[in-house]
Amino acid sequence: MSAAPPTIGRFERLQRRVFRKPLDGLVTLFIAAILAWLAWQAIDWGILRAVWRAEDAALCREAHAGACWSIIDARHRLILFGLYPYDEHWRSTSAAVAIIATVILSCIPWFWAARRLISLWIAGFATYYLLMEGSPLGLEQVTTDKWGGLSLVLFLFSSVVLLGMPMGLGLALMRRSRLPMLRWVASLLIDFIRSLPLLTTLFTAAVVVPILLPDWLQGDKIWRIIIAFSLFFACYQAEVFRGGFQAIPNGQFEAGMALGLGKWQSLGLIILPQVFRHALPATINMVVVTFKETAVVIIIGLFDLLASAQAAFGTGDWVAYYMETYIFVALIYWAFITSLGRYGEFLKEHMKQEDH
Amino acid sequence: MLSWRDFRRMTAREVAVQIGLVLLVLVIVFSAIRSAQVNLAALGITSGFSFLDRSTGWSYSFSLLERSIDDPYARTLLIGFLNTIFVGLISIVLATVLGFVIGTMRDSHNLGLQVISSVYVQIFRNIPLILQVVFLYALLIHFPGPRQAHSIADAIFMSNRGIMVPVLALPLDVVAGLVLGSVLLGIGAVRFAGSARRALAIWLAGTIAAFFAAALLLTPDGQDLVSYPELKGLRFEGGLTLSVEVVAMIVGIVLYGAAYIGEVVRGGLAEVPKGLREAGESLGLGSFAVWWTIRMPMALRSIIPPLGNQWIFIMKATTVGVAIGFSDLFYIVSTSITQSGQTLELIAILMGAFLLVNFALAQVVNWLNARLALKGYGA
Repeated sequence: MSAAPPTIGRFERLQRRVFRKPLDGLVTLFIAAILAWLAWQAIDWGILRAVWRAEDAALCREAHAGACWSIIDARHRLILFGLYPYDEHWRSTSAAVAIIATVILSCIPWFWAARRLISLWIAGFATYYLLMEGSPLGLEQVTTDKWGGLSLVLFLFSSVVLLGMPMGLGLALMRRSRLPMLRWVASLLIDFIRSLPLLTTLFTAAVVVPILLPDWLQGDKIWRIIIAFSLFFACYQAEVFRGGFQAIPNGQFEAGMALGLGKWQSLGLIILPQVFRHALPATINMVVVTFKETAVVIIIGLFDLLASAQAAFGTGDWVAYYMETYIFVALIYWAFITSLGRYGEFLKEHMKQEDH
Repeated sequence: MLSWRDFRRMTAREVAVQIGLVLLVLVIVFSAIRSAQVNLAALGITSGFSFLDRSTGWSYSFSLLERSIDDPYARTLLIGFLNTIFVGLISIVLATVLGFVIGTMRDSHNLGLQVISSVYVQIFRNIPLILQVVFLYALLIHFPGPRQAHSIADAIFMSNRGIMVPVLALPLDVVAGLVLGSVLLGIGAVRFAGSARRALAIWLAGTIAAFFAAALLLTPDGQDLVSYPELKGLRFEGGLTLSVEVVAMIVGIVLYGAAYIGEVVRGGLAEVPKGLREAGESLGLGSFAVWWTIRMPMALRSIIPPLGNQWIFIMKATTVGVAIGFSDLFYIVSTSITQSGQTLELIAILMGAFLLVNFALAQVVNWLNARLALKGYGA
């Protein structure tokens, strides 16, 4: 039995955090002043003195002008869609919406059953692919080399997660297998890929693999990159799953055997559901990191969000407005990553409470 | 190790699965070698490492050593490797220091410190590193030219050529020797000084004294001890010039890495039982003493393993430098591939270098872990 902590009011608690000692009060006020000044600078430059419409671009050159958002107004289609044909942009938009909807739906607990989650992701991914590629639906065909911008980022992200997740589970199962050969191959692969920078793995897929494969096996560069990226994801995710397996007492396997279930049955019905649950927070973290890491594909020569942003301010009158473009792209990434990360933290807290 | 008994306990199917897997791996490896031979022969490239002696004929942005475009590939690759290590180590040290500050601020009871540090983490952790580095680089190259450079007290200048700072007037090889000596002194101090605080004091005092002693002894009479950057015509002379690429790389990686390390430190501090802090406070220790002598030493045990992962991450993150033309190992290797066509050999060198660096870092982390392990706790 523990005694109830003494209750203190909200105001008193705030007072303790801010004015416990005179120095605390000073520090807090000083930081508040700095933050207020920074916020004011940002608002003044980004909103009050900003130029908004593409037609007003000439105003950007005046001395008192703040941010020149005209470049976003004028070139947002290039930034968001890359080289995708102009008349077909609605397809790129709907495809991106399909992926975002898939991610949002998979945050709802109702979908947290293997079959539902897998069908949801396959459906979302298929919708995306059919809309973007077009030819099976009788639309104008757009090949992958024309995909770009935000839609390409979402495509890389969703295909890496979709392919990498089962690969990661397979590697995790191999690594804890009773059969030494399976264990050794999996450990070697996981440790090797994990100690290389992602960029090295992707570069190898883009540049070296064509030398190692016969012509008919090479496929598009984008698919080679996706498979290498999925392998990278899988090697990290396998370690996440391994952590999940370690949280499960041996008695659970024995209980499965006592019920007369086979090895695979007890794995699928008893062990894996618990592994997924234990591994969920770390998995979401991994998904967030993957979204962020997709940004390096610009170096391998894919036309992602960063590349299309650089193209947007790379020509003509817009060269001076690199800052506005980068801020726009940073905000897009930030919004996606922060909301996914927040959701992960919420889930972690939620599960912690359920456990008690 | 595997024994015959293990095999006898397996079912025929289990043995078949393993043999199948080994065969599959062998088939993949051999067919890769086979098609590599065919493809390379078609391109007219002779494989092997003899290209390392050929001179490159191209230049690149940054080097710690003397270089020319006649350097052989071997030396150019070595320079790239040193650049990666250089930027990686500096970023690791700075990001760790900043990360401990941020993590402690997030853990503090002071509202202002908490708010500003969590704003920091929310911004810098949630934007891709490569975007931050490219953004910083764009900001820096849009600084005014040398003639209109921003200056701080006429000693530090910031222009689109980089940042110029005053520096002790010492030749490069002496500096290299001093840095090596400082590292050795640090290792010795950690090994033989009783406490972390004493080790830190010995290392700092020894390093600073050695640098000044060297400057006093080696500077010719009548010359200044410190070389200041000065505007001569269209460019700066004297001082140390940190090029735009280096500054953007280090600042970008440090800001990003520190956000992650800050979270690691906060997590470690949060795991220290509250009773320990209260015990310290009831002994009359001030808040800094409680942090330094009680909470941090306890927290370090849970901080070190994830911190080691962050260090390895930072080392690997130096590869984004290629986006702004910083000549790290990845940049040198990819340029060498386009120039020489020796793809397989160069990729093997790149992978080998990173395996080596990560292995070395992992050894350092293991050693730290073993040293810090609480006697009587865990394994």
